[in-house]
Amino acid sequence: MTAIRLEKRGRIDPNSPLTFTWDGKKLAGYEGDTLASALLANNEQVLGRSFKYHRPRGIMSAGVEESGAIVSIGEGNRHEANVKATTLELYEGLVANGQNAWPNVRTDVGAINGLFSRFFSAGFYYKTFMGLPPFEWGSGTWLWMQYEKLIRKAAGMGTASREPDPDCYDHAHAFCDVLVVGSGPAGLHAAHSAAKAGKDVILVEQDFELGGDYLNQMSGEAESKRVSLIKALEKAGAHIMTRTTAFGLYDYGTAGLLERVTDHHSIKSKFQPRQRFWTVRAGATILATGALERTFAFGNNDRPGIMTVSSAKTYLNRYGVLAGRRIVVSTNNDSAYSTAAELAAAGAHTVFLDARESTNKANTSMLESAGAELRNGFAPLEAAGSKGIHGVQLASVDGKGWRASEYESCDLLLVSGGWSPVVNLLSHRGVKPVWNAEQACFVPAKSDEAIAMAGSAAGIWDTARCEQSGEIAVKQLLGSENTGSLPKPGDLKSKIKPVYEISVPGKKIKSFVDPQHDVTADDIRLAHQEGFVSVEHLKRYTTLGMATDQGKVGNVIGLALMADALGKEIPEVGTTTFRPPYTPVSIGALTGRNTGTHFKPLRRTPMHEWNLRNNAVMTDAGLWHRPWYFPAKGETISEAYVREATISRQTVGICDVSSLGKIAVQGPDASEFLNRIYTNAFAKLAIGKARYGIMLRDDGIVLDDGTTWRLSENDFLMTTTTAHAGKVMVWLEELLQVRWPDLKVHVTSVSDQWGAVSIAGPKARDTIATCLENANSISAENLPFMGVKPIRLKGEIDGLIARISFSGELAYEVYVPAGYGDAMMDLLWPAVKAAGGCLYGLEALGALRIEKGHVTGAELDGRVSIDDAGLGSMASKKKSYIGSSLQQRPEFLREDRPRLVGIFPKDRKQTFNGGSILCRSEKVSGHGDGWITAVTHSPALGHWIGIGYMSGGHELWTGKNVIAADPVRDSEVEVEIVSPHMFDAKGERMHD
Amino acid sequence: MIRINCPFCGERDHSEFTYGGDGTIDYPALDASIEDWHEAVFQRENIRGMQTETWHHVNGCRAWLLVERDTMTHEIRSVRAAHPGMAKVLEKAI
Amino acid sequence: MTRFSAWNVFVNGLTGQKGWARQWRDPEPKKKYDVVIVGGGLHGLATAYYLAKNHGIKNVAILEKGWLGGGNAGRNTTIVRSNYARPGNREFYEHSLRLWENLSHELNYNVMFSQRHHVALLHSPAAIDAAARNYNIFRLTGTPDAEIWDLEKLMGTIPHLNYGPNARFPIMGAAVQKRAGTARHDAVAWGYARGADSLGVDIIQNCEVTSVKRNKGKVVSLQTSRGVIEGNKIGFAVAGNTSRLWQMTGLGKLPIETHKLQAFVSEPLKPLLDHVVVFGIGGAHFYISQSDKGGMVFGGDLDWYKSYAQRGNLPIVQDVAEAAMSILPCLGRVRLLRHWSGVMDMSMDGSHFICKTPLDNLYLNAGWNYGGFKASPGSGWYFADLIANDRPDPVIENHDLKRFERGVNIDERGAGPDPKLHG
Repeated sequence: MTAIRLEKRGRIDPNSPLTFTWDGKKLAGYEGDTLASALLANNEQVLGRSFKYHRPRGIMSAGVEESGAIVSIGEGNRHEANVKATTLELYEGLVANGQNAWPNVRTDVGAINGLFSRFFSAGFYYKTFMGLPPFEWGSGTWLWMQYEKLIRKAAGMGTASREPDPDCYDHAHAFCDVLVVGSGPAGLHAAHSAAKAGKDVILVEQDFELGGDYLNQMSGEAESKRVSLIKALEKAGAHIMTRTTAFGLYDYGTAGLLERVTDHHSIKSKFQPRQRFWTVRAGATILATGALERTFAFGNNDRPGIMTVSSAKTYLNRYGVLAGRRIVVSTNNDSAYSTAAELAAAGAHTVFLDARESTNKANTSMLESAGAELRNGFAPLEAAGSKGIHGVQLASVDGKGWRASEYESCDLLLVSGGWSPVVNLLSHRGVKPVWNAEQACFVPAKSDEAIAMAGSAAGIWDTARCEQSGEIAVKQLLGSENTGSLPKPGDLKSKIKPVYEISVPGKKIKSFVDPQHDVTADDIRLAHQEGFVSVEHLKRYTTLGMATDQGKVGNVIGLALMADALGKEIPEVGTTTFRPPYTPVSIGALTGRNTGTHFKPLRRTPMHEWNLRNNAVMTDAGLWHRPWYFPAKGETISEAYVREATISRQTVGICDVSSLGKIAVQGPDASEFLNRIYTNAFAKLAIGKARYGIMLRDDGIVLDDGTTWRLSENDFLMTTTTAHAGKVMVWLEELLQVRWPDLKVHVTSVSDQWGAVSIAGPKARDTIATCLENANSISAENLPFMGVKPIRLKGEIDGLIARISFSGELAYEVYVPAGYGDAMMDLLWPAVKAAGGCLYGLEALGALRIEKGHVTGAELDGRVSIDDAGLGSMASKKKSYIGSSLQQRPEFLREDRPRLVGIFPKDRKQTFNGGSILCRSEKVSGHGDGWITAVTHSPALGHWIGIGYMSGGHELWTGKNVIAADPVRDSEVEVEIVSPHMFDAKGERMHD
Repeated sequence: MIRINCPFCGERDHSEFTYGGDGTIDYPALDASIEDWHEAVFQRENIRGMQTETWHHVNGCRAWLLVERDTMTHEIRSVRAAHPGMAKVLEKAI
Repeated sequence: MTRFSAWNVFVNGLTGQKGWARQWRDPEPKKKYDVVIVGGGLHGLATAYYLAKNHGIKNVAILEKGWLGGGNAGRNTTIVRSNYARPGNREFYEHSLRLWENLSHELNYNVMFSQRHHVALLHSPAAIDAAARNYNIFRLTGTPDAEIWDLEKLMGTIPHLNYGPNARFPIMGAAVQKRAGTARHDAVAWGYARGADSLGVDIIQNCEVTSVKRNKGKVVSLQTSRGVIEGNKIGFAVAGNTSRLWQMTGLGKLPIETHKLQAFVSEPLKPLLDHVVVFGIGGAHFYISQSDKGGMVFGGDLDWYKSYAQRGNLPIVQDVAEAAMSILPCLGRVRLLRHWSGVMDMSMDGSHFICKTPLDNLYLNAGWNYGGFKASPGSGWYFADLIANDRPDPVIENHDLKRFERGVNIDERGAGPDPKLHG
């Protein structure tokens, strides 16, 4: 192939030269080039290697269907694999390299695979690599996994960077009346007539220039039409997006778009995203997505120097590159004639083969006057050459088949086997295309949704009729009257002759159906022979249509060959379903900004900054950051939490508990409502009192626990665990709105309205008192255990106080409006410090609650009944509540259910782990008799303790030998099972 | 993207909502038998086609809605507030 | 049946691939079979295979409404593991994994089971303890390959995960099952089909059951798109379509809801990830591995609403991409090639049903949630055993329809009776 750049031809800007690098070589191109057109102009022929046989591949097309010129671009953390050179806009400094080859695509050692291709037929890997060759001896997977290592290295295409992608991506949203996909003759007209009708229009074009097929025309008329349409569109206020691919259609007129914002910039902007992912909700959608030209299967039809006819036209008229000097054009339809004439007129020696036995007069004379030679009844049988072609063995029509004919030398072979409308996006909507035998292509079926196809995407080939179809399609979708009817598919003068494969009996040739994956015509026949006749089986067995073009090139030929093998018609074989995306979409764009530390929202308590200023180390608790521990200088976490827990039991500790869920439950039926959702009685809870409550799910399993405070007759404040705050809120709303609409109750989440601390320890009351306007208001008499009341902190901060205890100490929770959180801490902390107290975090809180046998999420894991959790006394026998029925199911009543227990190491000096399985010592295997949910060092007891579950409860296990088995951490410890209430079992301390 | 026409907020993306479940379940009284509760909690018709289901406008007005939707095509036929009192008021308002 | 081997690949390479026969026949349905299995997916195919192989019951038909392996068999993310902890589930999935380990040899079909480790990331000490509880049970119940890895070991093994500082949830370790991995999903369906066919099973494709004829407590026959077919025993194994078929029997409701799950594959790449990596925290759920062909295969949560449509929507595409980038930040420039979805038979506790039914000769295999692919050999094994012997093996004793009435808990996630939460 000896391509040349023609002067004064095409749309490239000769005054804006660009330099780029291909496989280390500096080359020149122009503004307006794609990488492919620039490489073509530089006579670079071998641009890639195929997947399986590593056959040399060059440019095959000029668009998204490219299966040959697939390259890697960029360097370091911007390295990007599998880029189609035909769609990559050239920019200054672009670095591109060949891929899937060693040492390079021109000389690739992997090509040795081609020598063994006779063994590498479709699905051969299902038949071997299991065991020791030649008869697959052995068992297990070991041998396969050795083969697999080699196979994985050989497979794949390009290499991805392992470094984080440095660029950022955006998400954007839009609405419109009409979304038009594609800016060719049909799309521009559709968009224009919608905009003229006053509709809000978005027009998207995947190319960097608007115009679609207008851009490939030589005539000035096409260009002036294009320009004036764009101007009119802009004037009408249409939103025009170039470099934007509508990659998928989803429910309710939603389209996913990928906008390439800065991919074509030499210098990457710090302030712009690389790409933007748009979610567009359109009232109506016009798909003017064009059609893709097919080729035939014939011998060596994958060689560099063989491409579609229309791509040669694009390279000539748009990029000013004449792709060859001695050209053979082969076709079975009328669309190739004008291109051949233009190529001949541009100076190429052109031989034109039409598989049909006659050509109409107009086309004959067009070729004649351009100086091209026409041969009817001919087609290529086998191309000659390897890294380029130097000729082609022809076949001539022989009855229904072919016979070998003369050899024609050439440096470029162009093929047009007909056109496939791009029905992909409609297919995303589950609309199966229909085979049109007349036109030898799948055409779109009608959609029930507000989606219409126009132009060649609807099988309409003539430009004027494409334009007309765009206008009519829009009018029909918008419900206009007297729209006229849409042009029918197909309008070329002479009929296409369905040709999918050229072969002659007895001649062994390698002809490709899906060139990227090296799927050959013989592979299709082998699949048939082995019974893979359903189109989906064919696809999966041979990998036809699974490459990065997703069958854009090969599907129809594959179907045709299968139909032939079966002796059926194509529609009886079926069609494969195209899935989104239409062209591949970067994961970065789909992600947008929601990655790294922005992956999920971070919830901070009102005292977050205060905690950090006071040396808190934070831990994740769901989406929250909560103080984990407050290390004194040089302390480890273990030292810190032991100190915090110890001091809290000796004097006083203070802990941020703002993340607890808080729900205002208000209304005349509030107490009845609470009575139904909690297992224990709430109807008679006195005003100014709090009660600990357990909620069950419908199925009788514990959902959540917490205290609820009665602030006035009809006003309750419910607290939930941090983890279940959202879930409980949703649940209460569902009950009130769906199940019990008769109850007059309103629930409001007030979690974020309050800043809350727990102050625990013998000195808690005295400490808080010093911070109150009226110290006496919380005296033992004025605020008894489980009492709740409003308080005023010094500095006129109004809040609530509840005397409740999770730690088992004399303890209070103080709530102030969130904005006063810091002020509260500034007030309380000096007082706590003065009392010899400390700040404590979640780890110490854990130690204190484990000592007391209080349950949290680790114990309430969604499989535990109220009895299992040792809270059976909280289940009212006098009333019914959510879950009370289903917790009577037989399995819930079994005596041997796991029950909450405490765990001590037999040798008190030993430690053990949460997650250990508790087993009777004679059987340390199987599912065990119980498990440990959490462990801590107990400052109060002076040794490690744990909490967990044991079949039948702790009484059964007194004096028995039990092992805490933790094989995953190589630990096995003898333990004693004790009551879960390991410290101050009677609860005297908190009642003080 | 399914678009749900919330009677309070107007048409919104379904990602603002969470799907609840079968909207036709008649939950028994709290003291009903295990059999009745088993039927309500565990047994589903699992309709392929138009079904009445609940959705929660969790990232919106937080109303629970009763939605008639085709589980095959996702087409929505009707949306109303699950709370009959609210539904009535809204109907009048329209 | 031509035996598959390197030798025969070689010989056929020299002789133009002429020696390969059809991998399964395309028989006309007979009027009557000993056993009729409805559903030509992995579970149905495996059941027929083991009926013939283990129990000598060869007069068996599989009725498939489309093409065999066309449901979730060909739509999943190909992960095989046995890290289920609840009694019954544990033994079932472990047995299934053991069948997987020799499946290529058993079927003489390379199903490409690659035991490349299943690595579940852990982000807090509490999560490590919770994982340890399960992985300890695995160890104590005969799964020697369950391990908890610390951060150092994990970083040494998979260095390009996001270990911070730019990580929302810093990684602290991983729970690893080393014998777990991936397999070539289609090959498993074809392997079972070829195996079952060679033992005499009739695989009847494009045969949709349109109604079920009952006589009192028994199924008499099935009306299909290819005529009436009788079976002494009938087994249903139709995953997401179970409720529809069930309603034809007049048996009413089931503890199953049908939801859709999307799956994703990237363009092919040279080896980038050698393990199955799973990530779940902060409401996210994500799993990824790389196929032998080079595509990154990944997925996440259900679409969250009940659906029979095999089409996904964008919000989950976005969620899954976010999780992908968050855990493997190098994926930004990797491109999504294709996404699709399948319909899942989500059950009320996330566990399956292999059981007898109120009708004497009808057996049910359903409720596979996210576990269907990995379960298929075990599912076929135990379902065949149930059908052949008309009594459940102890391993599946609790996997019946009555378990919710009894109050049996085999809820791996503790999510409760809400099918969408069992992903």
